[in-house]
Amino acid sequence: MTDAVVEPSSSRAANSAARARMLRAMLPALSFALVVIAIAWLNPRAISYFGFSLMLNLAIPIALATIAQMFVIASNELDLSIGTFVGFVGCVTATWLRDAPLVGALILLGSIGVYALLGALIHLRNLPSIVVTLGMSFVWQGLAILTLPTPGGKAPDWLSAIVGFKPPFIPFPILAAIVIALIVHFGLMRTSYGAILRGSGGNPVALGRAGWSILRVKMTLFALAGLFGVLSGMTLVGITTAGDANIGNGYTLLAIAGVILGGGEFVGGRVSPIGAVLGALTLALAASPLLTFMKIPPDWQVAANGVILIVVLAARVLISRRER
Amino acid sequence: MTQIRAVFSTPWIWSFVGAFVVWLATITFTGGVGGGGMLTAALSLAVFMVIVGVGQMFVITLGPGNVDLSLPANIGLASAVAMTVMNGQDSRIALGILAALASGAAVGAANYMLIWALRIPPIIATLSASFIIHSIDIAFGRGLQIKPPPGFADFTNVQFLGIPVMAMLTVLFTIGAGIALNRMIYGRSVLAIGQNLRAAWLAGVNVGWIRFFTYTLCGMLGGLNGALLAGYFRGANVDIGNEYLLSSIAVVVIGGTSVAGGKANIPGIWGASLFLVLLLTMLNTFGVSAGVRLLLTGLIIVGVITAAGGEKSLR
Repeated sequence: MTDAVVEPSSSRAANSAARARMLRAMLPALSFALVVIAIAWLNPRAISYFGFSLMLNLAIPIALATIAQMFVIASNELDLSIGTFVGFVGCVTATWLRDAPLVGALILLGSIGVYALLGALIHLRNLPSIVVTLGMSFVWQGLAILTLPTPGGKAPDWLSAIVGFKPPFIPFPILAAIVIALIVHFGLMRTSYGAILRGSGGNPVALGRAGWSILRVKMTLFALAGLFGVLSGMTLVGITTAGDANIGNGYTLLAIAGVILGGGEFVGGRVSPIGAVLGALTLALAASPLLTFMKIPPDWQVAANGVILIVVLAARVLISRRER
Repeated sequence: MTQIRAVFSTPWIWSFVGAFVVWLATITFTGGVGGGGMLTAALSLAVFMVIVGVGQMFVITLGPGNVDLSLPANIGLASAVAMTVMNGQDSRIALGILAALASGAAVGAANYMLIWALRIPPIIATLSASFIIHSIDIAFGRGLQIKPPPGFADFTNVQFLGIPVMAMLTVLFTIGAGIALNRMIYGRSVLAIGQNLRAAWLAGVNVGWIRFFTYTLCGMLGGLNGALLAGYFRGANVDIGNEYLLSSIAVVVIGGTSVAGGKANIPGIWGASLFLVLLLTMLNTFGVSAGVRLLLTGLIIVGVITAAGGEKSLR
């Protein structure tokens, strides 16, 4: 998130610009709060330990997939395969990881390696990431179907136990979201190598001139995307208890929307982990609980995501205009 | 010798070579049986990829970041609109096609409105639009059981000397698109914007209108594709356009159009479409399972893109 630094010689214009920047950084939190308030107004009973646990049940895998997408977007690329990758990981988790944990773990580690290699390939051959990852989405889906031809399998018991953990006072999904957001925020926004990683999207030429290997940076970012994709697939199966090759297909677009909703930009390495997690939670809440309480048929759930995205982007344009 | 080298240095020749190799591999496998029928079927299916591919090509040529992700939703909606308006009557075919074109044009125009008004990257604009269009389609087209008018369904299947008439018409259409691209002010403006938006603007190109028109054109072609698909597959379907997200982008890139914009190629779209369709036919002929088919399709697309190389990222 952009820190609002007020210059000492601040005129009124600079002050207003700083306020606009601040407002812009607050936008993900504001939109999340707005959705929660709407839900509270429509159904006050939903705002409880139990209500949040239910409503945000599937938010954690979405948040993890969003973080994965954010790492890719940080280097000015786009991953259109994260959804089917999550599905593939789910299938492996529900079969190999339960029956032969060592083989399962090796497969998952190997798939993270594949992600790193994709980053290298895209960088070395200067390929459009959209096309490469679209192709990869077929590869992951094919592998998922080969692993688990029909929905089934079973989540490993230890995984179900972790996901089913009930902490006191704070619902598990919210606690997990806070932990994920803070860890990634610290790693990407507060460490020096995190700045280098984001620099690959901001000014790769300057980064290269300064002696950093762009290849290594891209591979690291894609490997991180793979790692969070694996975590997303594992938690998803932990929650749903069984695997399905098509389970994650919707996540690709949700994850992109979550990153943008969270204040991320497509170019320039401007991303925000806390914003991305908030964006994912907003989408998860707005997509079904809010609409259910508003008695809107499920047909329009997808549209709700589009409308929220457009409204938030419109608000951002209005704020940015003041920023100038 | 130099002529041969010139032929092989044209980027689009490789897509035709690839299509031919895949075709050869398949008829070798079948022992020469059904080679002609396979080409006829491939031409019929390639038509749909070519139509959306041309629209996507104009959009991608506008420069880095320009891509239309709303095509699948657009195609699905247009197929439902066309079938509803035609209502199974031969006399309403033209009306139905016009309605599908209008639906597509509205989607394209809405896409550009979002890009222009919110100043957001086209990827996210067309993505958010596609969420909404998809929902409209689900609400409007669910349980729609209207069959296409018999005349329209026959038209999408009729052949002349083993060549689908629709493929012939699409060849004429692509020739027209080629002329528009290389010889008309519109096409030259698109190329100029793709090469350098600011320079094009300074040179007096009306950047806003050209971009608006290009997105609307791409939407209209998506709409047309929806109507034709509904005719060919005997009915509208929400998911009828799903595969055209990947294939519309893939045929453009495999066909030799630069993803960095400013350099377009029409013949390559035909080669790449035939290549993709024949590839699927080949995998089906080999009798591989759905999983293996998806896996190989993905690997081959990534492999071809890697071999074809790129200059700059799409964004």
